[in-house]
Amino acid sequence: MVDRNPWLTFLSHAVLVLGVCIVAFPLYLAFVASTHTSEAVVQSPMPLLPGAHLWENYQAALLGSGKLGSNTTALHMMWVSFVVAMIITLGKIAISLLSAFAIVYFRFPFKMLCFWAIFVTLMLPVEVRILPTYKVVADLGLLNSYAGLSLPLIASATATFLFRQFFLTVPDELVEAARIDGAGPMRFFKDILVPLSRTSIAALFVIQFIYGWNQYLWPLLMTTSEDMYPVVIGIKRMLAGGDANVDWNIVMATTIVAMLPPTLVVILMQKWFVKGLVDTEK
Amino acid sequence: MEKRVLFRSSWLPWALIAPQLAIISVFFFWPAAQAVLQSFQQEDAFGMSTEWVGLANFVNLFGDPSYLDSFQRTALFSVLVAGIGIALALVLAIFADRIVRFAMLYKTLLIVPYAVAPVIAGVLWVFLLSPSIGVVTYYLGKLGYEWNSMMNDSQAMALIVMASVWKQISYNFLFFLAGLQSIPKALIEAASIDGAGPWRRFWNIQLPLLSPTTFFLLVINIVYAFFDTFGIIDAATQGGPGQSTSILVYKVYQDGFKALDLGGSAAQSVILMFIVIALTVVQFRYVEKKVQY
Repeated sequence: MVDRNPWLTFLSHAVLVLGVCIVAFPLYLAFVASTHTSEAVVQSPMPLLPGAHLWENYQAALLGSGKLGSNTTALHMMWVSFVVAMIITLGKIAISLLSAFAIVYFRFPFKMLCFWAIFVTLMLPVEVRILPTYKVVADLGLLNSYAGLSLPLIASATATFLFRQFFLTVPDELVEAARIDGAGPMRFFKDILVPLSRTSIAALFVIQFIYGWNQYLWPLLMTTSEDMYPVVIGIKRMLAGGDANVDWNIVMATTIVAMLPPTLVVILMQKWFVKGLVDTEK
Repeated sequence: MEKRVLFRSSWLPWALIAPQLAIISVFFFWPAAQAVLQSFQQEDAFGMSTEWVGLANFVNLFGDPSYLDSFQRTALFSVLVAGIGIALALVLAIFADRIVRFAMLYKTLLIVPYAVAPVIAGVLWVFLLSPSIGVVTYYLGKLGYEWNSMMNDSQAMALIVMASVWKQISYNFLFFLAGLQSIPKALIEAASIDGAGPWRRFWNIQLPLLSPTTFFLLVINIVYAFFDTFGIIDAATQGGPGQSTSILVYKVYQDGFKALDLGGSAAQSVILMFIVIALTVVQFRYVEKKVQY
């Protein structure tokens, strides 16, 4: 910094601490609620310090105590969420790497048309075309399946663009060198381009994993059988009974568990995550 | 932009691009085309026959006061979410940019809401502010302020705005911080030598240089408020009380899946598509030109 003004530094810390407290408060309270009995949570006001029922609440949430009124457990729903998030993430990265490679390194008829066709998909989120997409998926018989949950969400071009931007910065000399050494296009792709894109792949992984894990509207329409509910849907379902009939302690335990994987991914891969966000949106 | 050196093959590029083209045609272009087609049609009550009705669906929509209300609400909602979210994040980023100690800790804690699903954000905020069991409701009551987002329209709106801002603040914060850190230190130092204090430096140097970031975030936040807040609304208010928090995306869902008005819902989708396309065009035109002073 240019000048060291102790008062300003103090103010900065004060503002940030206040900001962090406000941002963290809902999460903290959810955690507190997940450590009390359901009677303690619904009394007004509920306790503001953690209680002693952490273990049994999380056990009930993960393994299902039957109180949830559903035949599935949070553990199973987490598995569904995980599989869907992984298919979306890996699927998107794979098809995008290939198509970006084609667009950058080849010349072929209708290339610009293909490019624009992919580009347009950036503009329309799934939310806008839910009904017809639902119909297509239903006609293909993919309701209540992993394919139906994930494929429509792969159909967007963010990743393709990120890779295209990156490929354009790769020096041409590498292609020439690879060619002189007798490498064909796929060899070049596999041994040079993909290893060079590692950082972009990691960044996209974080963003797409969170995107996949947090999907709500689409699974809400797509799934009618309980064993295909992602965890996010499961939580919403638990709230259906209205304030009096909800076991808030179990709901909050499930919520905390459901937030863990994406939160861990963001925190542990923070460096790539920030880079990925800033790059995708350029 | 093109590479100088290209590979030559007549079939390979097609094979490479085929998976992506296949997925976007089946799950993107086909449904989008269907939406446009359906918006000009009307189905009878039993789904037996479909009739071509031209622009009737659109005419009905714009003649429907509840749709126009929803438009207005969405505009208000997105302006509030974008405005408050950007302002708060800017303040946090400005201060976070100044400090060295604990900077990483603050940053880590502030990005957590990004990982939280919108529905869960809605659930968390309802839990804080529920009329019967919410802790914040209780203390507000102690202060003499009565909070009931299930009865009061503007409180319901305030609830979804708070939850949406909370969820988006990480994103805005990260972009502002990246923007601030890319401002050359020399500029700040020069201003400092010329006797500009911290406030002056912020107002005359940092803020103007952040304007491309701010503008970009404005568009992103509006798109976010329009589309990604579905989960928050579904968890927090379900569009109620009455229709007071039923924004456009929520209405597409309500009319299409709950009321089964396919034509009307498709027409709403088409209008939404135009809004997104317009926003995207605005973003590309102005972001490319770099809004600056």
